[in-house]
This record gives sequence, C-alpha cells and structure tokens, in this order.
Amino acid sequence: MDVDAEWLSRLLDGDEDAFVMLVAQYKQPMLRLAESMTSNRAVAEEVVQDTWIGVVRGIDRFEGRSSFKTWLFGILVNRARSASSHEHSELPIDTVHAVDPLRFDANGQWADPLDAWTEDSNDRVDAASLLPALKSALEDLPPRQRQIVLLRDVEGLSHDEACGVLGISIGNQRILLHRGRTRLREILERQIEKVD
Amino acid sequence: MLSLRRKDLVCQQAVELVTDYLEGALSRRDRLRFEFHLRHCPNCTNYLEQIRITVQLTGMIEPDELSPEARAELTDLYRQWRSE
Repeated sequence: MDVDAEWLSRLLDGDEDAFVMLVAQYKQPMLRLAESMTSNRAVAEEVVQDTWIGVVRGIDRFEGRSSFKTWLFGILVNRARSASSHEHSELPIDTVHAVDPLRFDANGQWADPLDAWTEDSNDRVDAASLLPALKSALEDLPPRQRQIVLLRDVEGLSHDEACGVLGISIGNQRILLHRGRTRLREILERQIEKVD
Repeated sequence: MLSLRRKDLVCQQAVELVTDYLEGALSRRDRLRFEFHLRHCPNCTNYLEQIRITVQLTGMIEPDELSPEARAELTDLYRQWRSE
C-alpha cells in the first residue's frame, strides 16, 4: 500500500487530519503547476483551492486506477485551463462550502441542523419581506456568480443557454451557480432568523 | 492497490451535491445515493428545500428591480452573445 493510498483511505473515512496533511503535502507542487498555467499567483491559488473542492466532491469516484497524484494533477490541470481561458471568471474563494463546516460533526453528520423555514406557520416564507435583502445579496455576489444566477434564476435561461451567453463550460457554470445559490440561501437564513 | 468501499453519503457530502442534483448532472448511481440519503435524512431534505425556496424567491426578483449597473451588465452579455 503506498503512502497516498493510506492517506486516501483515511480521507474516505472522513479523517480531517488526513485531508489537512494531503493539502499541506501537495501545496507547493500544485501551486507551481497552477502558476505555470495561469497568469498570476492569485489565480493559481484559487485553482489549487478549487482543485481540493473537486477532490472532496469526487473522492469516491476515484477508482484507484491511476495514482492519487495523477488524479489530483489531472483535476488541477482541468481547473487551471478553465481558469486561464476565462481569466476574469474568478473562481471565488469566499463561499466554498454549501453549509458552514462547523455545523457538522467529525463524521460529517449535522451537528447544528438548519431550522425549517416553514415550521412556525402554515404560510410559505414571506417573500415580500425577503426580496429586498435577496436582491441586494445578489448584487453583492462576485461578478461571475452574479451573472450566472441572474441568467438562470432571474431570467430563467437553461444551463446550455447560460453557458453560451457567458462562454463558460457547463461544469464551471454549475460551480458558480452552486456558490451563488449557497450565498443567497445563507442571506435568506439570516433574514428569516432575524424575523423570528 | 487501494480498494474503495461503496459508502453511503454523509450529510456534509450530500449538501455539496444539491446543485448537481437539481441540474441533473449526477450519474445515475450518485443520484440514487443522494436520493437514498434524503429519504433517511430530514435535515438534508430541509437543506434541499431551502435551496429550492431560494431559487423560487430569486425568480421573483424582477429584472427591472435590479440596479442599472446589474442590468447593463446583463444586456452587454446578451449583445456579445448575439453578435458572435
């Protein structure tokens, strides 16, 4: 069993220390590779960060046919390519988690579950009172996220249409949409908690 | 060689799949795992519901209500796309 396989198996078991170790171990090689493919350090750092998101999301699709390192660098190259071909499509570093990791326990189960938004009354959430905050949150999103959310959720375009408009890949579109919606949900949650 | 067990999703993974799920981008296997997880997890079901409500509410924003800057950005994009 090679060293990476052992780390990986710990990672699959939800071992956060293993994740931190892997990130630290590969930080420099990943940054170097990313920097060689992108225009500057900041973009390279975002690519590295984004690669780890890809790793976490795809970890159980990793089949062990290639080494972990090959797989990891393959993800990185893909991300770096799309970042450099859309230099301004910032892959933002603000909201990388759908839900604050502190709300989960070490096993990835909810420790602090969300309140149901409709629990206290038979009414749906009161849209009119939430729209102003939602609108302002939308306008505060980083540009690419804002554009995607505008096209998809405000304008109602399909994902193919939105990709055509922005000239981005369907995968990037999903990442940006995910982050944008994630942020808006958080803002709504705060608003709803304020009212209660 | 590493042998990977087929594992059930944990909540923290499930919430990251919500957009892919709504976009129909999950493989059949991942979709079934996701749906299986939701059937047993009211908290993640609640999260999915909140994202759905978020999308619905966002859809209630009228483009006219957007700031002039945001509207201009959008029309620029359309124009660029059309002219290609």
